[in-house]
Amino acid sequence: MSDIAIRAVGLSKKYRIGQRVKYKALRDVVAGAVGAPMRWLRRGSQEPKEPERSIWALKDVSFDIGHGETVGIIGRNGAGKSTLLKLLSRITAPSSGEARIFGRVGSLLEVGTGFHPELTGRENIFLNGAILGMRKREIERKLDEIIDFAEIEKFIDTPVKHYSSGMYVRLAFSVAAHLEPEILVVDEVLAVGDIGFQKKCLGKLSDISSEGRTVLLVSHNLSAVSRLCRKAFWIDGGQLNLVGTAGEVVGAYLAHGRSHTGEARWNYEEAPGDDRVRLRAVRIVDGDGETSHVLDNTHPFFVELEYDLLRDLSGFQIGFWLLTAEGTTVFVSGDREDVEGAAGLRMRGRYTSRCKVPGFLLNSGEYSLSAASDMRGSEIIFVKENALGFTIELTQIPLHSQARPSGILSMPLEWKISKEQGG
Amino acid sequence: MTRIKPAKGWAAINLSELWEYRDLLYFLTWRDVKVRYKQTAIGVAWVLLQPLALMGIFTLFFGRLAKIPSDGIPYPVFALAGVLPWQLFSRTITDSTDSLITDQRLITKVYFPRLFVPTASSLAALIDFGISMVLLFLFMFFMRTRLEATILWLPVFVMLMVITALGVGYWLAALNVEYRDVMYTVPFLNQVWMFITPVVYPSSLVPARWRLVYGLNPMVSVVEGFRWCLFGVGSGPSPMLFFSAAISLALFASGILWFRNRERTFVDSLG
Repeated sequence: MSDIAIRAVGLSKKYRIGQRVKYKALRDVVAGAVGAPMRWLRRGSQEPKEPERSIWALKDVSFDIGHGETVGIIGRNGAGKSTLLKLLSRITAPSSGEARIFGRVGSLLEVGTGFHPELTGRENIFLNGAILGMRKREIERKLDEIIDFAEIEKFIDTPVKHYSSGMYVRLAFSVAAHLEPEILVVDEVLAVGDIGFQKKCLGKLSDISSEGRTVLLVSHNLSAVSRLCRKAFWIDGGQLNLVGTAGEVVGAYLAHGRSHTGEARWNYEEAPGDDRVRLRAVRIVDGDGETSHVLDNTHPFFVELEYDLLRDLSGFQIGFWLLTAEGTTVFVSGDREDVEGAAGLRMRGRYTSRCKVPGFLLNSGEYSLSAASDMRGSEIIFVKENALGFTIELTQIPLHSQARPSGILSMPLEWKISKEQGG
Repeated sequence: MTRIKPAKGWAAINLSELWEYRDLLYFLTWRDVKVRYKQTAIGVAWVLLQPLALMGIFTLFFGRLAKIPSDGIPYPVFALAGVLPWQLFSRTITDSTDSLITDQRLITKVYFPRLFVPTASSLAALIDFGISMVLLFLFMFFMRTRLEATILWLPVFVMLMVITALGVGYWLAALNVEYRDVMYTVPFLNQVWMFITPVVYPSSLVPARWRLVYGLNPMVSVVEGFRWCLFGVGSGPSPMLFFSAAISLALFASGILWFRNRERTFVDSLG
């Protein structure tokens, strides 16, 4: 008995280009078969065979994951993270290489798949539970707990087509979270639901990992990765780029994606956004009005988000959040906090939203800035992770301390020392 | 331990896994049955209405007007005893063909034995069949058709029927993932297949020298055998029956093997 939960050796997955979007029509195959002898006869004088157009979504990935380990998988979109999870959860077979899995795997690649809109919440719990691999008796035993966690007691016998999207997601996550696999594979489920519920989900995941079960988590939420996982994989271009402790890997990932100019710009085609909004630039400007990526902790600096509104929009907001190099969220802020400027309708055109971050706030270190915008706090328009990185240098160390003080914040706070009477 | 390896060679049927997931088969079937009638006004009455309507039309056109013989049984009962197994078969192949596409969101996101998807479609059809059998027995009662001891064979023929339908269903379901043309071919296939099966006429109408070719269609023995159980007419267990049972089993086994072979990459075609 080894203490390995997953061992992958040279795991690779190749997709023919277009394979995933287009199915073959029988006539193409028939036409191909009929044409083949003809081509064979003319072989030699004719054009060389067209090289097969394919891409390796995953190439030669090998690793070991021990029992009880919590591993975060990070990387850009399309880097191969989801393909890896699909292989490990047996949804599709690899093109070459192999993996061995020791234990029962539960995968949670999308919340609420298998829910049928016509069935009630209760009925869907059974259906979904069975799809995820639970036995009927097991579901019956956990039914109350599942309903309780999802907070939908009142609507449990209503068809789920009448549910709000929040209720739907809560119920779906709740079913999946009560599955008790030895190895849990989770993909981006934390991106859904309201903040309160997301916290609850994270809590549940951390419970699961503290119970000694193996968890594999793909996420864009770097702070969740560094909080929940001890170990992390950084996948890039279908290959394992870096394996290490979550802090190390998240740090390296952030450092890699960081620009060194204090500004990131996008041309129209590549700009994050959709047909309503395009983010054109993110800038950090210091107190002197210079774009910079190295800032002094004693001075305020400004975060500028430059964007095009392609339509008149009301209820729109744009904002950003900061992460430390370890992936902890420092704060989140949106321009709706500017009551006058953001109120009501914004007409189409080029805008810049500017936020002042005070001096004597951030501790020294590397920070990553991500930008996002949404409508009325509900529908997310775009999220640009790690758009920009910057460094805060401590020029004025509080008091007489020599080293960098610990903590995310480093600000002068007011103290008063008083001596008790008669002491 | 689970080994994840490339989809090469033939995959064996993993019986222990199917057993582990047996509750899923129950819930998928239950979903198919429940959802089908949830939005209809007359609900389960459809199960009875369809064969009744077909029986009426067949009796009028084939029984009365074309005067097709019916082995000495009242034509309406004769037709109904053909329509019911036929409907089970045709519903199974239609539903299983679409089943993987209908559940594609599920299949691309969760692993479970995919074989259960078309199987559930056919079990749902079997439940409808069971309900409509009550109708047939009522008719037999009113028409004073005598029950024969051969009725004890009924479960055997129902099994054979299900196996045949499943076999064809597995083939079509797996093929339809890669070649969507299959979906458009099935209604046509259904019509043709009905006419080469003794649904509206007795197989005794087929000239003796064609019988062998005719018997290649396993549904011939299924429908014939079904009538034999109920009314004691026509041929019971005969060499031809064993021959078509062999064809059914071959369809079933090859269907499962083909399905298992392709299922490992279904997701790549479903997207």
